[in-house]
Amino acid sequence: MGQITLSGVTKRFGETEVIPPLDLNIEDGEFVVFVGPSGCGKSTLLRLIAGLEDTTAGHISIDGKDATGLPPAKRGLAMVFQSYALYPHMTVRKNIAFPLRMAGMAKDEQDRRVEAAAKVLNLTSYLDRRPGQLSGGQRQRVAIGRAIVREPAAFLFDEPLSNLDAALRVGMRLEISELHERLKTTMIYVTHDQVEAMTMADKIVVLNAGRIEQVGSPLELYRTPRNLFVAGFIGSPRMNLISGPEAARFDAHTIGIRPEHIGVHPTLGDWRGVVGVSEHLGSDTFFHVHETGLAESLTVRAGGEVPIRHGDTVFLTPDASKIHRFDQNGLRL
Amino acid sequence: MSTQASRSAARLMLSPAVLILLVWMIVPLVLTLWFSFQRYNLLTPDRSGFIGFANYAEFVTSPAFWLAILNTLLLVLGVLVITVVGGILIALLIDQPLWGQGIVRILVISPFFIMPPVAALIWKNMFFNPSNGLFAEAAKAIGMRPFDFLGQAPLASIILIVAWQWLPFATLILLTALQSLDSERLEAAEMDGANAWNRFRFIMVPHLARAITVVVLIQTIFLLGILVEILVTTNGGPGNQSTTLTYLVYQEAILSSDVGAAAAGGVVAVILANIVAVFLMRAIGNNLDS
Amino acid sequence: MARAVSTSRKAVNTALAWGVALLIAFPILWTFLTSFKPEPQAVASPPVWFGFDWTVRNYVDVQNQRDYFDYFWNSVILALGSTALGLVIAIPAAWSMAFVPGRRTKDLLMWMLSTKMMPGVAVLVPIYLIFIQLGLLDTRIGLVVVLMLINLPIIVWMLYTYFREIPGEILEAARMDGASLGREILYVLTPMAIPGIASTVLLNIILAWNEAFWTIVLTTTNAAPLTKFISGFSSPQGLFYAKLSAASTMAIAPILIMGWFSQKQLVRGLTFGAVK
Repeated sequence: MGQITLSGVTKRFGETEVIPPLDLNIEDGEFVVFVGPSGCGKSTLLRLIAGLEDTTAGHISIDGKDATGLPPAKRGLAMVFQSYALYPHMTVRKNIAFPLRMAGMAKDEQDRRVEAAAKVLNLTSYLDRRPGQLSGGQRQRVAIGRAIVREPAAFLFDEPLSNLDAALRVGMRLEISELHERLKTTMIYVTHDQVEAMTMADKIVVLNAGRIEQVGSPLELYRTPRNLFVAGFIGSPRMNLISGPEAARFDAHTIGIRPEHIGVHPTLGDWRGVVGVSEHLGSDTFFHVHETGLAESLTVRAGGEVPIRHGDTVFLTPDASKIHRFDQNGLRL
Repeated sequence: MSTQASRSAARLMLSPAVLILLVWMIVPLVLTLWFSFQRYNLLTPDRSGFIGFANYAEFVTSPAFWLAILNTLLLVLGVLVITVVGGILIALLIDQPLWGQGIVRILVISPFFIMPPVAALIWKNMFFNPSNGLFAEAAKAIGMRPFDFLGQAPLASIILIVAWQWLPFATLILLTALQSLDSERLEAAEMDGANAWNRFRFIMVPHLARAITVVVLIQTIFLLGILVEILVTTNGGPGNQSTTLTYLVYQEAILSSDVGAAAAGGVVAVILANIVAVFLMRAIGNNLDS
Repeated sequence: MARAVSTSRKAVNTALAWGVALLIAFPILWTFLTSFKPEPQAVASPPVWFGFDWTVRNYVDVQNQRDYFDYFWNSVILALGSTALGLVIAIPAAWSMAFVPGRRTKDLLMWMLSTKMMPGVAVLVPIYLIFIQLGLLDTRIGLVVVLMLINLPIIVWMLYTYFREIPGEILEAARMDGASLGREILYVLTPMAIPGIASTVLLNIILAWNEAFWTIVLTTTNAAPLTKFISGFSSPQGLFYAKLSAASTMAIAPILIMGWFSQKQLVRGLTFGAVK
């Protein structure tokens, strides 16, 4: 079980309020991602749930029981740290067994669980090495192994992939998703990378300056961002935001249109502009179009290879049904 | 890393160390303060009682007092200058590529391991002795009259002994700091047209500032308490020429058995040490933070 | 990368460095040499370098005069005992300051260090009287406590600087894994800090071994360590250079040899962790 409820959770460091009162409900078995720019309070929120920081006010309950005052070890949660936080003086086997040893579990049961975890994570042949002799990806897996042997109510991940190189990151992303499918245990995952959030989450919590901007499934956030912050944060490349007379035409203060919802044509269309840099990825091409009179630059996605060059004049047509409208407070209309 | 629980645990675990150091500092200090206002001489135990500041007046007006302060300052400053300058020079030398660096290092560090009474005895008898010490022999060999180091220049001789004891410490710290200097920075300076002296002056010396600070701080702590070296070699003499504040207090307490005067002297010494400490901590605390 | 240096330049460096090193170590080397000379040759004028009648007579004499091993064991007990006791008190304190720092942590460290500036002689009489009251005079336990107290600030400071290099996340991981505070320190922090603890221990053994104020004034025979042993040679026996040299060698050899063998850890220890 791993149902976690935060009600009115607040965190202040001295005078500064890092997290204003916040409510959140995490269902058992959910994969929840906290995402936001650095300094938005997502790691602090995770540490509050873990018990590594005190809440200034509010309550945290785990499986219906109040856990606000419990020390970290008593909450039944396991955490994977950004730096992996492996014990450098212990072998992989001892690292993974450490929480079991602390719980006073019988030696043979410890061994059985360590072996099982190692098998799942492909670590069997590394059990007698020390962390210093492992690659980044392997260390990551040891950290996960140390978390799963405890069979916790929920896993907490604090930017676990940020120390890996790009190729490995994609692989580990899949492995963690796979693990979630198999274990069906609640996972709370903190990242600043919205691609990780979109690909892994059942539910995304977008945080900004300690406040929850929006909670929803990846596609909900993509389709109906509640405000300008979420609109700009979710989706890659970023949504184009246009304000002024053109927005007024749509009865809005600001309108947003994603790069993939704009059509390009050499002679016909609503908006005229000049192509600046274009990025050819093979599967897609991204154009940065200037001198439209709407915004400094609009990003447009075109499928496959398109014969448009730097300096060409093009015409853009937004898909009217995909336009997002926001009021002067940045809220969705 | 800070929950209420871990903060109170931290306070709990810090308190034994703080408490015993506090007791170790306060209790003897309070007793010393108490004695300093009492007539208390072990030779005349029947005459006792409160006598106000008489002990202080006696201690501060004694002819040895100002000389002792001067000697203390000379000792500390002299040793600091010799060890820091010598340490930098030797560290620069050892840092060069050379054969047998390990053994050179061992030889240079050795005096640090020598207990003070041994150091003092060796220097006093086998080097400074005017009739058959090695310095006297060396003087005779080149046809000069042997010089009575401890008799003619007692303070300088003690400074030499103490500097010999602490030179390894300064050298090693400065060497460690020197080796942590990124050689690319020196090469960049060379590319910028800095000659050897300018590289030393503008790159190395600022880099060593922190290490020098540590040397000065730690040595001062130990140098203020120097006693055995004086006790073994000159007993503060001839006259009061090599009497430091520490030795003067010791003299009152042990040789004159005048606990009251010794306590007054102790209080004065503590006050002076605190002035130095505040001064030093202020200067050094800033330097260590950065 | 350091640039290659010509062989002749290196030869000059080597000669200079060896010259300086031998000069610095000369008093020790000369003492060692003299300890094997017959007494008349030890004071011969001009001095004899190597061409003397080598003998171990002096060592035997010194041992017969005063039992070296009594003093030696006291030195060992005082050095190890005070260091061990200091560690037990300093490790938790250093943990607190390194991992749960407060606004006043720096001040506290500085205050601890400043207690070392208090001149020992200033509080000699009170401590002496307290020792008499408590029956601690000339006892090992009394001296162990005093040596621990005078070195505690340095132990705390050194451990603090070493602990600060250990990432806090690892200790948090231990906490998440269910380790109590005691086990966190015992199973995770201490093993990770072994190199730092080792140099702390080494330096404190040396400082305790060579402490020559309290060990001399607070002991007579039972707890007297080698500092007291050697003080007995100040006069008039000091005139017997060969015996003085033998006694000196015996007093300093154990710590000198230990120092040589643990040079690496010591370099860091000597800087009290403040210079890397």
